[in-house]
Amino acid sequence: MSAHDTLRTMDYAVLQQCMHCGMCLPTCPTYDATRQERNSPRGRISLMRAIADGRLDATKAFAQEMYFCLGCLACETACPAGVDYAHLFEVARAESERSGVLAGPRRSLLRRVLLRGLFTRPRLLRAVGRLLRFYQASGLQSLFRGLRLNALLPARFRWLEGQTPTARREFSDDLIQPREAPAGGIKYRVGLLTGCVQDIVLSDVNRDTVDALLANGCEVVTPPVQSCCGSLHAHNGDLDTAAALARRQLDAFDPFALDAIITNAAGCGSHLKTYDRLLANDPVYAPRAAEWTRKLRDINEWLVEIGWRRPLATGRETPVKATYHEACHLCHGQKISRQPREILRGIPGLELVEMAEATWCCGSAGVYNITQPEMASRLQQRKMGHVFATGAALAVTANPGCHLQLAHGAKLAGRPLEVAHPVSLLARAYRAEPGAGQRQ
Amino acid sequence: MTPDFLASLATQFPSLACLREPEDLIPYSFDGTATLQQLPGAVVFPTAAAEIAGLLKLAGRSKIPVVTRGAGTGLSGGSVPLPGCLVLCLTKMNRILEVDERNLALAAESGASTADVALAAERAHLFYPPDPGSMKISTIGGNVAENSGGLRGLKYGVTRDYVMGLEVVLASGEILWTGGKCVKDVAGYSLRDLFIGSEGTLGIITKVLLKLIPKPAARRTLLATFDRMEDAAEAVSAIIAAKIIPCTLEFLDNVTIHCVEDYAHVGLPRDAAAVLLMETDGHPAAVADEAAAMADLARHHGAREVQTAASDEDAARLASARRTAFAALARVAPTTILEDATVPRSELAKMIGFIQQTGARHRLKIGTFGHMGDGNLHPTFLTNERNHEEMHRVETAMKEIFDFAVGLGGTITGEHGVGLAKKDFLRAALGELNLGVMRQVKAAFDPGNVLNPGKIF
Ligand SMILES: Cc1cc2nc3c(=O)[nH]c(=O)nc-3n(C[C@H](O)[C@H](O)[C@H](O)COP(=O)(O)OP(=O)(O)OC[C@H]3O[C@@H](n4cnc5c(N)ncnc54)[C@H](O)[C@@H]3O)c2cc1C
Ligand code: SF4
Ligand code: SF4
Repeated sequence: MSAHDTLRTMDYAVLQQCMHCGMCLPTCPTYDATRQERNSPRGRISLMRAIADGRLDATKAFAQEMYFCLGCLACETACPAGVDYAHLFEVARAESERSGVLAGPRRSLLRRVLLRGLFTRPRLLRAVGRLLRFYQASGLQSLFRGLRLNALLPARFRWLEGQTPTARREFSDDLIQPREAPAGGIKYRVGLLTGCVQDIVLSDVNRDTVDALLANGCEVVTPPVQSCCGSLHAHNGDLDTAAALARRQLDAFDPFALDAIITNAAGCGSHLKTYDRLLANDPVYAPRAAEWTRKLRDINEWLVEIGWRRPLATGRETPVKATYHEACHLCHGQKISRQPREILRGIPGLELVEMAEATWCCGSAGVYNITQPEMASRLQQRKMGHVFATGAALAVTANPGCHLQLAHGAKLAGRPLEVAHPVSLLARAYRAEPGAGQRQ
Repeated sequence: MTPDFLASLATQFPSLACLREPEDLIPYSFDGTATLQQLPGAVVFPTAAAEIAGLLKLAGRSKIPVVTRGAGTGLSGGSVPLPGCLVLCLTKMNRILEVDERNLALAAESGASTADVALAAERAHLFYPPDPGSMKISTIGGNVAENSGGLRGLKYGVTRDYVMGLEVVLASGEILWTGGKCVKDVAGYSLRDLFIGSEGTLGIITKVLLKLIPKPAARRTLLATFDRMEDAAEAVSAIIAAKIIPCTLEFLDNVTIHCVEDYAHVGLPRDAAAVLLMETDGHPAAVADEAAAMADLARHHGAREVQTAASDEDAARLASARRTAFAALARVAPTTILEDATVPRSELAKMIGFIQQTGARHRLKIGTFGHMGDGNLHPTFLTNERNHEEMHRVETAMKEIFDFAVGLGGTITGEHGVGLAKKDFLRAALGELNLGVMRQVKAAFDPGNVLNPGKIF
């Protein structure tokens, strides 16, 4: 039996907080696509409440609806009543899993392998990363694609195959020492979370994060071989594994000894900030989890909070036009919008051009592009249209899922586009500073 | 809903989107009104007036009640279903059909959102003034059916003042056009005006022809703080007596000020009795003069502080206190009940005082904000529908407030309509003769009582 809330046992006031005013409807991408209330935040909450009231069982249609929801949290930003949709969404997906209405042998196997197997074992995950790297480097990938073997895959996996990110040559541990101190004095001590997707496919973003932190007087502690933060599990109805993974993180970092714990992946960040709630009933870990939540910061948020140093211009920068895509779990999940823009505006040579609908989901949404490929690709196309309309050569975003989704979208459209994390651009600008070589 | 009816629905309208499963219907079992809920028999999404005409004929023959629904943001239960009813949801009829710059008119399907209408007008450098707080999602058909107001009522009026013509499907299944692009038109009864505010009980509006006006060139925003609500009301009267008609005159009471500060930290003084947001718009020179005069008058009538916005950002900052009021109140308690008792402007201070005493007497938390310029108040009850004992006190307090408003020459609803929520109060407010004439009108348009039966009376 799970120790976590169900729709029937949870605090009913969280459900009641929705006054069904409908103000969230125009911001919800799934409602926008179907114009049917069931696919809207208000409709979904009404179904959850019907279950809590005993008017409805957790049916298959209910569970499917919970998985059609992107979890983008745009509804939270729009909601005047402060509905905690993120919480409701987690409980509702867990309820869907517990009821077993979606279970089929294939789905159960896949979930067991991915959620309980792969994403709880960092070393195994890396082994898969290495395999992926081999697959891509060995030419097997081109052979596979050349022979059109991918056409034999079921549609949703075929789409995914086209999406397979290029794995980096190094993982974060190869690039980052467990403890790195800034050249000047130490102003802050921070811990760095390396993430799992970030670590495998975008590990240089982690290196860039360390460099940006060092340049701002932060000593950086990076425990090696970190495990997954559990966001994937919490967002996919497996709260028990999510809690186990949270405990592991709390063992690896001592929040009491650090000024902040830094993440550069928006999706992880918005989950990491809820460890206090996840472990509230754990007598051993609750205090540590509360301290953790208090100190957890997204890298953009932290840099602006400590008054980041603007990189010096060399005068030799090639001017570049950049546009900023707001990761849902940064702007809606953590209400961080201003900070990344402040950083971008401070980068020499960079001109920021705003795109339309910057806060509209790009369709990546965790594993949504695997589970709901059609809706995901619709959102991707819409996003790419807005990106290209700005004429920017560079798309900036602060979440690995969005990063890959944008890069893949540009590839599909056959158009050149660089995708980067704000902190990578910042680190690059620090490296280009006059005299940077001597300082390091 | 009989199997026969469903079978006819399927054969006569093969391409009509129709929902029947509980997971699809539960999300259509309520509107924006607290505590009201009822499952419909089915929900359909017509896409043309002719289709609606066919549906009404079929429903009339089968004696199936029909509830029209726009965006379901109503606050009086107007689009809450009836048992076994057919819900016609018009959100898929959402096209803007025409912006006529020569006649300053705009035509749209009734399911278009108010925001889309306002945007289409703005693109032509014109202005559609009615701005209900729900305009991002509410439909223009819903606005007409409720005769909705907004923040600009005093100077610019309400939805009715902008409706030039309507296309309406009658209960008989005939399609009626009433009104037109003529500014003057006295040929016969103004049927158009009967449909405005009819809450889906007389016909189904499918097309709306709206009047637009030129966009005011300039606007100035002021925020004044008062130690006594009476002083704020006096200041408003003085401004109007000075022949200034501001486009916005909104106030917050002390409970609301506290909630706004807790939530948005706008910097309002927590000990103030009232905050007044004032805006004037029009020709730049006139606006500057009026803003100065309004500031003087407010100070003269006891304002502790008057801030005048120096820039657009500054104006947005001042206006944010009023804009966040509802959100600030809504997050305080699990159930938020937003009322709209309205009194003649001269009686405002008295009415607000009574609401505050009533709240204290019944140990209830009531925040009041609203439109001081047009006497439209929003006493907002912050409560919990699961607490039956408290809900009983809420109902008693509400009745006392409505009675008092009517006693002052006011009304039980200024803009949300009667629907189900205010039904029980209508007789006391209007008297038997008024109700009787309304029933005759209803019977003339809908003899079979198919359209939204049981709403209003
Ligand atoms: C947050 C919030 C703020 C609000 N602010 C304001 C405000 O400032 N001013 C104000 O006046 N109201 C306000 N309202 C109330 C509400 O938004 C309005 O009454 C609005 O006009 C309803 O539009 P709707 O499309 O949601 O209609 P619905 O709620 O779906 O329907 C309302 C009524 O109109 C009927 N109806 C709808 N469409 C048609 C049609 N095409 N033909 C015939 N009948 C029809 C329905 O049967 C029902 O009786 C607010 C509501 C909310 C939730
Ligand atoms: S999380 Fe996103 S998709 Fe889900 S209900 Fe909210 S806005 Fe819609
Ligand atoms: S905006 Fe908030 S309160 Fe309103 S319907 Fe959506 S979730 Fe519910």
